[in-house]
Amino acid sequence: MSALYDLFFAPFAEFEFMRRALVGAMALALAGAPVGVFLILRRMSLTGDAMAHAILPGAAIGYLVAGLSLGAMTAGGMIAGFVVAIASGAVARATALREDASLAAFYLISLALGVTIVSLKGSNIDLLHVLFGNVLALDDATLLLLAAIASLTLLGLAALYRPLVMETVDPFFLASVSRAGAPAQLLFLGIVVMNLVAGFHALGTLMAVGIMMLPAAAARFWSADISRMVVIAAGFGLASSYLGLVLSYQSGAPSGPLVILVAGVIYLVSMVLGQAGGLIRLLRPRHHLEA
Amino acid sequence: MTIALRFKDLTLGYDRHPAVHHLDGVVETGDLLAVCGPNGAGKSTLLKAIAGAIQPLGGHVERLACAARDIAYLPQAAEIDRSFPINVFDLVAMGFWRSAGLFGGLSRAKEARAFEAIASVGLTGLEDRPIGTLSGGQMQRMLFARLLLQDAPVILLDEPFTALDSKTTADLLEVVARWHGEKRTVVAVLHDDEIIRRCFPKALLLAREPVAWGATEEVLRSENLLRARRMVEAFDREAHECERVA
Repeated sequence: MSALYDLFFAPFAEFEFMRRALVGAMALALAGAPVGVFLILRRMSLTGDAMAHAILPGAAIGYLVAGLSLGAMTAGGMIAGFVVAIASGAVARATALREDASLAAFYLISLALGVTIVSLKGSNIDLLHVLFGNVLALDDATLLLLAAIASLTLLGLAALYRPLVMETVDPFFLASVSRAGAPAQLLFLGIVVMNLVAGFHALGTLMAVGIMMLPAAAARFWSADISRMVVIAAGFGLASSYLGLVLSYQSGAPSGPLVILVAGVIYLVSMVLGQAGGLIRLLRPRHHLEA
Repeated sequence: MTIALRFKDLTLGYDRHPAVHHLDGVVETGDLLAVCGPNGAGKSTLLKAIAGAIQPLGGHVERLACAARDIAYLPQAAEIDRSFPINVFDLVAMGFWRSAGLFGGLSRAKEARAFEAIASVGLTGLEDRPIGTLSGGQMQRMLFARLLLQDAPVILLDEPFTALDSKTTADLLEVVARWHGEKRTVVAVLHDDEIIRRCFPKALLLAREPVAWGATEEVLRSENLLRARRMVEAFDREAHECERVA
């Protein structure tokens, strides 16, 4: 019994930094789940990844101006994310290039710029911090920021739920009855950027998108109903955060990547065992019904 | 007699090439109007303009019955993502958007109306089915149920019966007849002359230019149909600027 306690509870009971990490990671997972589900349903899975890279130069400029300052790096990341989102959307509408190509162009420029800025000014340690985050060093202000972003995300998605669903299923119908489509899409991108910025403080720019996409993708193998998918994804995200931190504490491996790895394992297991389109269901379908 | 829609010297098109050329006329409230003509005659374009989805190249559409957003419009090939996890009931309930909006709840009365709409298109029992599992005919029945909930004074249908079997067509024509009985204005693009003659009292024959507009039997006379076919010339790259004045 005490072995189990040592394994699963002691790290959090004994160390405050572990408790902070858990709270931060859980806030990220909770808000990231519905965002990820919508990204997948809107076929924007790779958009999340691209936006995550796009945030880097903004955070880097914030870092250049103010060092490792929460406010400056957050503001920088948000601004860079919005600029890339709006610019690539505008280029796609105004020119012959499609949205995915123009987004790729902007995020690659953005990423190169970001890495250059960070390397010029800071040490390699700083670069590692920005790329991989540090979930074990969350201070009060960062925790508050993560919690605030999670709350805003859930409220925002609740408000946008209907137009987002309608815009995804039948965009023409929504356009014919309301003007809500375009603003809903833009606000949704704003929510994505916000969550990536939150994620980058804890998990780094490279990992931030993982806590969003992996639980949502895994949830798709268990249900084809959107509200159930959100709940399942949130459960997977919370479990990944907790198990990832435990594993990281016990093994000494870095915590951010371990959280994402646990989410990855859940995804792979779901892919095989999932009741809604998993491999086993596909290979051994149940007998057909009478009618 | 009240007027629901008025076209004033309306010219519609793409890249300056007209698809509908100098159309004048009125649709009266309660009209059941079939728009017919050869392919490329501008029928779908006319519906888009009435719905406000495209802007005219010249002239204008006056909507006297209601605002553009209160018009119910069923496009030719609805761009529905059939893999999206949503069931029949929820998709039909989208028809309540104008009255429910972002947060409005689905009251008991509305719920009952949704079930009733689903029943009147013959889909009772399929409320919980994901839309991806429906057949083509069931899809169209579902979209008619959504139109029913929109409760619109003006309803536009673009080739609503294409690729449907006779039973489905007959059932959906009953819905159209019900709208007509409720004095709603219905404008439908149709190809099947037999259906037009049987169910639509008025017709507009288009061939870019309006060929004939009025009582169906008059409009669908063979000399009119022949003239329409001749008038749909090829898309002319070298076309000159139109100098006709209203």
